[in-house]
Amino acid sequence: MEQRTNHMEYLPDMEQIDPTIKNQVIEARNNYNADEYTEADVKIALSHETKTPRDFGALLSPAALPFLEEIARQAKIETRKHFGNSVNMFTPLYISNYCENYCIYCGFNCHNKIHRAKLNAEEIEKEMQAIAKTGLQEILILTGESKKMSDVKYIGEACKIARKYFKVVGLEVYPMNSDEYKYIHECGADYVTVFQETYDSDKYETLHLAGHKRVFPYRLETQERALMGGMRGVGFAALLGLADFRKDAFATGMHAYLIQRKYPHAEIAFSCPRLRPIINNDKINPKDVHEPQLLQVICAYRLFMPFASITISTRECQRFRDNVVQIAATKISAGVDVGIGGHGDNDKKGDEQFEISDGRNVKQVYDALVENGLQPVMSDYIYV
Amino acid sequence: MENDKLIIGGHEFNSRFILGSGKYSLDLIKAAVENAGAEIITLALRRATTGNVANILDYIPENVTLLPNTSGARNADEAVRIARLAREVGCGDFIKIEVIKDSKYLLPDNYETIKATEILAKEGFIVMPYMYPDLNVARSLRDAGAASIMPLGAPIGSNKGICTKEFIKILIDEIDLPIIVDAGIGKPSQACEAMEMGAAAVMANTAIATAGNIPQMAEAFKNAIEAGRLAYLAGMGRVIEKGASASSPLTGFLEN
Repeated sequence: MEQRTNHMEYLPDMEQIDPTIKNQVIEARNNYNADEYTEADVKIALSHETKTPRDFGALLSPAALPFLEEIARQAKIETRKHFGNSVNMFTPLYISNYCENYCIYCGFNCHNKIHRAKLNAEEIEKEMQAIAKTGLQEILILTGESKKMSDVKYIGEACKIARKYFKVVGLEVYPMNSDEYKYIHECGADYVTVFQETYDSDKYETLHLAGHKRVFPYRLETQERALMGGMRGVGFAALLGLADFRKDAFATGMHAYLIQRKYPHAEIAFSCPRLRPIINNDKINPKDVHEPQLLQVICAYRLFMPFASITISTRECQRFRDNVVQIAATKISAGVDVGIGGHGDNDKKGDEQFEISDGRNVKQVYDALVENGLQPVMSDYIYV
Repeated sequence: MENDKLIIGGHEFNSRFILGSGKYSLDLIKAAVENAGAEIITLALRRATTGNVANILDYIPENVTLLPNTSGARNADEAVRIARLAREVGCGDFIKIEVIKDSKYLLPDNYETIKATEILAKEGFIVMPYMYPDLNVARSLRDAGAASIMPLGAPIGSNKGICTKEFIKILIDEIDLPIIVDAGIGKPSQACEAMEMGAAAVMANTAIATAGNIPQMAEAFKNAIEAGRLAYLAGMGRVIEKGASASSPLTGFLEN
């Protein structure tokens, strides 16, 4: 195998910004030791009206697991205070699965033999028309990470089409420089989510063997560059299970916390993915992040940042999703297809990124929310 | 009480309870409005979808005055654009200005709020700005053409009650516009307290939305607001706050 590049070194086309937040996040992760917290720390954390970073650490610790019921109850109160019973609905649209990265856990990775495809403008429009017909008003545009096959202009065009059919356009594509985000924002996108996967740079290096994504610090600074480019909101996530999930969840929360302190207007969102099996590698499974631990992480995010949006992935099953929106999650996807071209009349062109566990359509998810006394919200945003 | 009208921008209302609509189920809005006896209901324009699924506008009874708000605006410019859009889609001339660039506490930006008020009042809107209770800002809003002033009692959704009580009292004393306490009111007793103080009206959303029985809580607020208003109009009696009233007067030694 060819020599692996230095994952801490920026490539020439990568913008470098003030590293303060990145350094603070890495330091916070390094210093976090989940095992040092005791029952008393957890009780203190629960007693605080506003949770400090130390409280957040306690709530994520093994010592907090016996208190999960109490934590969930507090989380529910905070969720209802800030969101009432509203739950936002959206669906992801994968427009390309070409990828130049080699991330060993991902179905799109460049060495995985899958059907590659990319939708043209006409096909994107067809897909979006079909999605809009379901009543959804928020769309999340995704691509594999190939700047060659899906360049900034291509993504910008997709955003322009999306604006015609949706009120809220979010992006989950490869990290960009701030001037590129400015352009994409002008094309109609307002929200950028990039999963850091793991905040452990050593582990990161062993999982992301090639491609732009290999550069750890550039990825970690994505949210800040997006805000510098004028985006309204940014999403954070660690792919739980890749490394020590408690440390990664702590780093994710601290990352969002520090960004919000520096950019108080920014809307903050969390996603809470766990590893899922992929095509040609069914051995990948979440190891120690079982449902109680996942719920613990979600509730800890909620209590630490009560105002943040929390998305619950279709990686999780219907039972878990339907319950977690009653406690802490405020955003749920529906009618999900993680392949390329599956919504409209277009034939399916490309393979899926991972296996989903909740295949319900928009109406089914909508009805389940209503049945649980929640109010599905299709748009909570106005582009002006 | 019959002649006791709330007047905002020349419009008369019998109810002094402004109901929020943002945080609960659409099919409960009608019952909440009816039980609240509310004549004004706020509406986030960003929620007023024009699509075919669950448009909040379809759930609001027709005889109720819509008070669209500019939530989502981060500066005066965005607030102005949202207000114009609200008017375009038929939400009327009332506009509640919310300019917020703090996603954590959702505290209003008073400076940008004044700027938006000035522009929109000139365009003929009935402007009701949400603000942090500051006397100088309230005066500026009045001068900019606001139809009422909506100071916050506590951060939105916090249900903490009227934490800014002393400052709201100053606004009530000094500003000749309806002062409507908005945000932070968590229970009927706090709404009653605001009305006893002389607030012209109370706005509540989260406290009702998060109640076990939403229509019943709407009714409880209605009664509390009416009680508080009645007490204010009756002229509050003397309340001894410190010590007791001396039975032998201190000045009894004075010669007649």
